[in-house]
Amino acid sequence: MSSSTIDAGNNAMPDPQQTDPRILRERKERRLRIIMPISTILLALGLWEFLVWYNEVPHYLIPAPSLIAKTLVQDWASLMQSAAFTVKLTLMSLALAIIGGVALGMLFALSRPLEMSLFPFAVIMQVTPVIAIAPLILIYVSNTFVALLICAWIVAFFPILSNTAIGLRSADHNLRDLFRLYQATPWQRLRHLLIPSALPYFMAALKIAGGLALIGAVVAEFVAGTAGQNTGLASRILESSFRNEIPRMFAALFLVSLLGVVIFLITSWLSRAVLGHWHESEIKREG
Amino acid sequence: MLDRPEASSLIEMRDVGKRFANGTVAIRDMSLTIKDGEFVSFLGPSGCGKSTALKMISGLLSVSGGQLAVNGHPPGQGRDSADIGFVFQDATLMPWATVFDNVYLPLKLSGRSRAEARSRVEEALAMVGLANFAKAYPRELSGGMKMRVSIARAMVTRPKLLLMDEPFAALDEMTRAKLNDEVLSLWRSHGLTVIFVTHSVFESVYLSSRVVVMAARPGRVVHDIPLPGGYPRDASYRMTPEYTENCRLVSNALEGTMDHVELNH
Repeated sequence: MSSSTIDAGNNAMPDPQQTDPRILRERKERRLRIIMPISTILLALGLWEFLVWYNEVPHYLIPAPSLIAKTLVQDWASLMQSAAFTVKLTLMSLALAIIGGVALGMLFALSRPLEMSLFPFAVIMQVTPVIAIAPLILIYVSNTFVALLICAWIVAFFPILSNTAIGLRSADHNLRDLFRLYQATPWQRLRHLLIPSALPYFMAALKIAGGLALIGAVVAEFVAGTAGQNTGLASRILESSFRNEIPRMFAALFLVSLLGVVIFLITSWLSRAVLGHWHESEIKREG
Repeated sequence: MLDRPEASSLIEMRDVGKRFANGTVAIRDMSLTIKDGEFVSFLGPSGCGKSTALKMISGLLSVSGGQLAVNGHPPGQGRDSADIGFVFQDATLMPWATVFDNVYLPLKLSGRSRAEARSRVEEALAMVGLANFAKAYPRELSGGMKMRVSIARAMVTRPKLLLMDEPFAALDEMTRAKLNDEVLSLWRSHGLTVIFVTHSVFESVYLSSRVVVMAARPGRVVHDIPLPGGYPRDASYRMTPEYTENCRLVSNALEGTMDHVELNH
């Protein structure tokens, strides 16, 4: 049993507002959790700046962080345009992956034969490296944006599909019996038993798929190259590399990483918001 | 309850058998009549089919031979789902729902709104002494309290028949004794019929007005021992010569089934 167990003997719930040393210690730890990584990153940047300056490394090999920041400010408008493109591509492919993955996952959970016949296709789509099919998709689909979208979707789709199907099957068998005993309708069973049971699996898949959608978008853009008028961050990296504009390459790279971090933070926050009050994976333990 | 002279039979089993798809015979030729208001324990070693019998009575498992009628109907048919309460070995609560919502579940599934059900849920929680824990989540409760929530959920529909499948097997001795007393008082105050599956001789003798001793391979009834005396029973009943004598009686009956199991090995 965890230390948060309430005893039948003590009728009042423990007061969370009390300022006992444990809560103060927790607050201090929360501050440290923010301060420590930030100071480490600042330290690393400082070291990078110093080493570049001290060894007089030319900026076309490794630019100093200050130069990257300057490029970021100078090219802000055009970089933001590219970032917006990549964000749009990533989010749309993730949304489509969620819709398709959940819909197909539900069908799989409902019908074994359907799963057996369609699962191989899903696996083939998953295991074939997207970079290998991307050129074909770009040939067959005339609209570049749609082609990019399909590539990113293929990568992000599978974890959602497979976890939704597993999650919907993972409901406790005694609870299933209980729902049968009380003559629950199929809809009640889905809404009140199967979906809540599948939620932890789905949230885990969402965290993975969020990152994969970005990877898929970047890879697809690389394959597409700088063709087309609207280009994302990956094409900016490619373009800068052709023109030997290394600081701009780093600036675009920084934005890609930043985007990945933001997606990770949002999906993690969402997972905690949805599961935090009950699921083991998101419950904070004391002590 | 017990002293009602002509209590009608609630459950009728005639040569009931259960064979699973893999060929295992879980129960053979089980015949039993359970009257309204009885407290019956199914006692036996593991594999004797006591849980299977309970699930057949609830309608969760089908019968593969013989006749079984609950309240005059085949189980699971022609009945209101509110007539039967079932308590599993584990508390079997939904971890994502509060204590209130867990107890509310049977009423929700029968289409009652929260507002309509509120007083019934609160009444059921008060019955098991958890009125103050409606907003807690299952993970915040001890094992005994989870089991109480599970009992409140079974009682919230005001069933006539309460089926309990080794409900306290995983609890410590003191919690178990306390919950035994609570079940006894629920039975008396609500005019329930209880079927209680257990592998503890002491528990079955303390609680029940009748102990059905079962043997394994194949599962069947070997003894049917009425123990009508001593009600209302409380902790002092454990000190009486009657209790000791009953324990000896039931123990001996159970011993016979154990020998049989060993011969079969």
